[in-house]
Formats: sequence, C-alpha cells, structure tokens
Amino acid sequence: MQAFQYIRANDVASAVTLVSGDPGAQYLAGGTTQVDLMLKDGILEPDRLVDITRLPLRSISRDGDVLSVGALATMEELAADVTVGERLPFIREALLASASTQLRNMATIGGNLLQRTRCRYFRDPLVAACNKRAPGSGCAAISGAARMHAILGASEHCIALHASDLCVPLVALDAVAHIEGADAQRSVPLTQFYTVPGDRPHVETVLKHGELLTAIDIPLLPLGTRSGYLKVRDRASYEFALTSAAVALTIDDGVIADARVALGGVGTIPWRAPEAEAVLRGAAVGAQVFLAAADAAVHDPFTVPGTAFKVELAKRTLVRTLETVMEGSA
Amino acid sequence: MPETTRGASTEVDVTLRVNGSVRPMRIDSRVTLLDALRDQLHLTGTKKGCDQGACGACTVLADGKRVLSCLTLAAQCDGRAVTTIEGLSRDGGLHPLQQAFIRHDGFQCGFCTPGQIMSAVALLAEGRAGSDEEIREFMSGNICRCGAYPNIVAAIREAAEM
Repeated sequence: MQAFQYIRANDVASAVTLVSGDPGAQYLAGGTTQVDLMLKDGILEPDRLVDITRLPLRSISRDGDVLSVGALATMEELAADVTVGERLPFIREALLASASTQLRNMATIGGNLLQRTRCRYFRDPLVAACNKRAPGSGCAAISGAARMHAILGASEHCIALHASDLCVPLVALDAVAHIEGADAQRSVPLTQFYTVPGDRPHVETVLKHGELLTAIDIPLLPLGTRSGYLKVRDRASYEFALTSAAVALTIDDGVIADARVALGGVGTIPWRAPEAEAVLRGAAVGAQVFLAAADAAVHDPFTVPGTAFKVELAKRTLVRTLETVMEGSA
Repeated sequence: MPETTRGASTEVDVTLRVNGSVRPMRIDSRVTLLDALRDQLHLTGTKKGCDQGACGACTVLADGKRVLSCLTLAAQCDGRAVTTIEGLSRDGGLHPLQQAFIRHDGFQCGFCTPGQIMSAVALLAEGRAGSDEEIREFMSGNICRCGAYPNIVAAIREAAEM
C-alpha cells in the first residue's frame, strides 16, 4: 500500500481547505471503511490522510421536532440517545442490527452514510472489471457470484449494494445532510444525496471532492406514530442485510393517515419507496393493502441469477414489517 | 525517512497510554494499533485473526470502549488510553472473567480468547449481560471457529452474576 502523510485536523475550516485543495487527500473518521479499503484491500490510495476525529462534530441535540446529529457521533452513541429511543425507535433498531458493538463504537454517522459498497469485486484490486472502481471497465458481479447485491437502481453497469441499515429509516424520514465546502455551506435531503449509478457508478453522492458532511438533521416521528425496522440476513447477528424494511405509520381510526417506507439490502442507494407510501396513504389497514404496497415498492427490478430471490423476499420483508408495526393495535 | 510521492514525511509521533504505561513511539503512518501493540510494544496477547474487521480477535479497549485494533490507525490513538488483555490482571491475579473462562472451558484453541475476554469486559460495563440471548447478540462481533460459544456464554453469565 502506498505511504501517506497523516495530518490531524484541528478545526473544520482547515480540514476542508486541506482536502479541497489536494486531489490526493482524503478524510479519515472512524476508519472502518477507509482503513479497510486502504490498508487491507488496497482500493483507496490517498497520499495524504486528514484525521477529522477530534473535530467538534460529535454532539446530538434536539431542537423542537428535529434531532441534529454531528457527523462524528458514533453509531453506539446515537443508538443510546434518549430522544432516538423515544421518538425514533426504528433508527435505534437499525443501528443495533448493524455490525458489532466494536464497529459501532468506531463507526461514525457521517461515515455510515458514506460507507462504500461491500461488493467483493469492487473490493478486490485483482478483478479488472468494475465500473465503480475503474470507469468503463465493466462489471464482474453481473456474471459472478452475486448475492449481497442490489436489484433496485441496478443495471448492467453496476449492481453494487449500499449496505447501510441506518440510512434506510433516515431516507424514510427525509433526513437532511449538512455539508461544508471550501467556499460555501449547503444542505441536501438524503433522498437527493445519493445518485443512482446509471452508467456512472463511480459517482455515488452529490458531494464534491473536499466537501465535508458535518451533521444530519432527523425530523422526529409525530407522537403516536408506529415504526419498525426488520432485517433479514444469512445469520442471526453481525451480518449485512439480504433485505430489510423501515416503516413508519400514522393510524387514524383504522385508516393509514401517513406512511413512510424504505427498503434496505436491495438498492444501489438507500431506497425510499414513495410508490408504496402512495398505496398505503388513505387506505384502511389490512393484508391486501400491505401486499399491494409491497408490489408497488419492488417494481422494475434488475436481477441476476444470484439475486433473483430478493424480489419476493423484499416484498415479504415489507409485508412482515407492516404487520409487525400494526401488531397489538386495537 | 519514508516520504510520499511529493516529499512529505509519512512518519508520525504517537504516544499511547497502554495498560497505564506511557509509550511514546515514532512509526510509519500506516501502522495499525494492532501492529503497534504487537510489533512495537511486544504485547502479543492481542491477536491478529482476519486483520480486516470481521472476527473480533484484535478487540481492545480505547478510552474504555471496545474497538477493533486492526482497523484503527495507531496515529489516531495519540494520547488515548488503551487496555489490552495484558492489562486485565489485578494484583498479579487473573481478572474474574479470565477465571470464569477457565472454569467454564470457554475456549478450545484459544486464539480468539483474548478478544472474547476484552469484548466481554466491555459487555459487562455496558450492562448488556442481562440474559443469554442478550450476551449472544452483543458478543456477536467475536467469532470462535472452534465453536466454544455455549461455554463462552456460561463464563460471561457467571461473571455477570458475581
């Protein structure tokens, strides 16, 4: 692996200036993606690494009906937050279903949003064909051993999955990312933050080189909203999702007044399902409407033999989540 | 001295506080906490298993929190307190969790054991040993390929009840 210069940033502005002005520089936060891809896989080769872990971007604070989360808060810290437990329970469920305690103590919320795909072909420098790593080189996963891959937002160019659990309820909630650039600050809703790969899989988000994710704002669920996150995986714990679903329903006298739905384990980006929300909104709670919502959510999938099972599994996962969220209701 | 392609130094001065001792060192920026502990400080109790964040054998405590030393750069730990398996003994005697692992035969080959015990020390501090189910869930980041899980759970349960 290429040698690099290690610099510890003392304030946000100098960190952003340093990385923005240097194409060979990258940020280092919790390191669970960055160190892995640099030291172990040899995929990332910065010659300057700017450690941002001591910047003051770690607070979690509530302002009215919004929870503001510093990008350097860890996954364990966010999972332990009282407001998350009371008003965003499916965020807590998604966090505690992720990785292991050791990794959650290291991994930051900003890093979770910006994690790179687990596609084994992307992570193996000996594989030549990877449009995400080497634009125009093809996709080895299409004809390879695909299982932990995407079926929504995917194409013959790329089927790499965005594997975050946390991002699934976050996109359902319309969370907003705050971004610090060398010249300006901006805010982008998470539903517009990720870019579907199309024929440019190497572009994953709207971030420009050097822009730093500093915080996310998470709108709290209205009181009385039912929410749930269900993760289906190959082993009971410490495993990525095959499929998952995040659901929040506001019920008014047996009718679904509002619905938020997103899917994990199936999308090239964290996958909001507005079509399913449209089916649910205004409908009476019931098995048929849940099935219709699942059909609407998983539309136009792009599958390869290894991922074809996910079409039905994703639908069943959503139906199960909707049923679980409604369990115990009068 | 090693340099990057444009001539910047790739070495870094780091002071770790390991098991209560202040340990200054000058290292290549690529050195992980795991390699610093094992190769620089000769604390070989912390094991290198997968070396890629998947097995938990390298688990240590950093400022009291359990982390994977294989995915942590040593440079990031400058000034931080690190506790390894060598730092658990009290007054020359074994830590209660170490004793419980022996009593319950919580290992076979023993390679994952230091990571299991460091993870379990943190688990107890986190208050997550309320049931066997909870212990299994929150120990899931530590893989034992010998399959000693039932005895590991029994050892942790006993230590939690002490």
